[in-house]
Amino acid sequence: MTTVDKCPVAFPLRQPGQSFPPPQYLQFRKQQGLVSTTLPSGEHVWLVTRHEDVREVLTDPRISSNPSHPGFPRAAKTGGVPSQDEVPGWFVALDPPEHGRFRKTLIPEFTVRKVREMRPAIQQIVDERIDAMLAAGNTGDLIADFALSVPSLVISTLLGVPHADRDFFETKTRVLVTLTSTDEQRQAASKALLRYLNRLIVIKQKRPGDDLISRLLADGTLGKQELSGVSMLLLIAGHETTANNIGLGVVTLLSHPQWIGDERAVEELLRYYSVADLVAFRVAVEDVEIGGQLIRAGEGIIPLVAAANHDGTVFERPDEFDPSRSARSHVAFGYGVHQCLGQNLVRVEMDIAYRTLFERIPTLELAVPMTELPIKYDGVLYGLHSLPVRW
Amino acid sequence: MRIRVDTDRCVGAGQCVLSAPDVFDQDDLGIVMVLAEPADEPAREAARQAGVICPSQAITVGES
Repeated sequence: MTTVDKCPVAFPLRQPGQSFPPPQYLQFRKQQGLVSTTLPSGEHVWLVTRHEDVREVLTDPRISSNPSHPGFPRAAKTGGVPSQDEVPGWFVALDPPEHGRFRKTLIPEFTVRKVREMRPAIQQIVDERIDAMLAAGNTGDLIADFALSVPSLVISTLLGVPHADRDFFETKTRVLVTLTSTDEQRQAASKALLRYLNRLIVIKQKRPGDDLISRLLADGTLGKQELSGVSMLLLIAGHETTANNIGLGVVTLLSHPQWIGDERAVEELLRYYSVADLVAFRVAVEDVEIGGQLIRAGEGIIPLVAAANHDGTVFERPDEFDPSRSARSHVAFGYGVHQCLGQNLVRVEMDIAYRTLFERIPTLELAVPMTELPIKYDGVLYGLHSLPVRW
Repeated sequence: MRIRVDTDRCVGAGQCVLSAPDVFDQDDLGIVMVLAEPADEPAREAARQAGVICPSQAITVGES
């Protein structure tokens, strides 16, 4: 066991002008023990960057996802997560066994088979978005017109959220996933979304539809308050993360056209970009040793999945986009009991989005130089603010 | 090869079904089930991969 290696680094490490993932990750992975840093909020946390260590952090029962434990990184300025007290049903903030009740209720909706059955509906949404792009002329913003609108329409269809309310929930979500939002802005956005979903649930009680919220209401396992929180979580997670993945993937496939239509590209894109690098926050509830580092009970931990997914001991030439590799052991969706519930939906959306986009608009190209693409340095999730394209 | 699954641990991510669709499936509740022992080496390799990437470590693959 090494002694505490106090070497504070700035956080988050993703900074304008830098490549992604942050080049310091390479050095951190080589360092003995873990990396100590101080969040903008003043809290001390441990950064975990090696693939093996990240998997350990995400599976060790002595490490908790529950923000109500003392020492949990509140991370006010790094995209804090609500706690179960703030949003009942926000089950990513629960540990086993409480977490299991929510997860088990939702799993049947997101199985590989269920998601496969959604393919025709997703295909239709993708086709309609492309129809709209083509009808609007020969230029556009691929993020707003496609990468965001597709997953937003898919998740709202699945949940039973009216498409007309897209602007509302996308705008509120953006506040939640922007690092520069204040606590007040974040709380207001969170409350507005909850109020909206509470109202929607009352409507669904009176007039159930063929949608996930209506099915969960009929099932009755989750209370109404819990159902609002669960719906909010699925709505947010369902559109924002996928939007970033689709947008970044289009840029990469434009410069690697030989991989268009190859399903292995999706898994490699997930690994390569690891957009949810800053999503998993944890706290040790007992003393625990990870990567040769003693973590004391009450100390915060941030496993960085982009760092793990670029660990050269697991992925050869990790900074190269190479779909021929086996990328399946990536942790872009996390690891452990909280691993992304919607991951199979994300894969299918990305697959259909790329295949259809490049087939129907074969002359698609960037309308600005690659170096001028506006990267979300202020985002909890890595991605692009916009993606000007022409065809 | 001996494959054991712990249905209590399973969190229904479906990774095993993606990796080794001939070996694993999800039941109506989304929980892992073993369809059949791997028939050949590619299927055995796929089952090993499923064991390694299962997020809840619910799959044990024994070589004997």
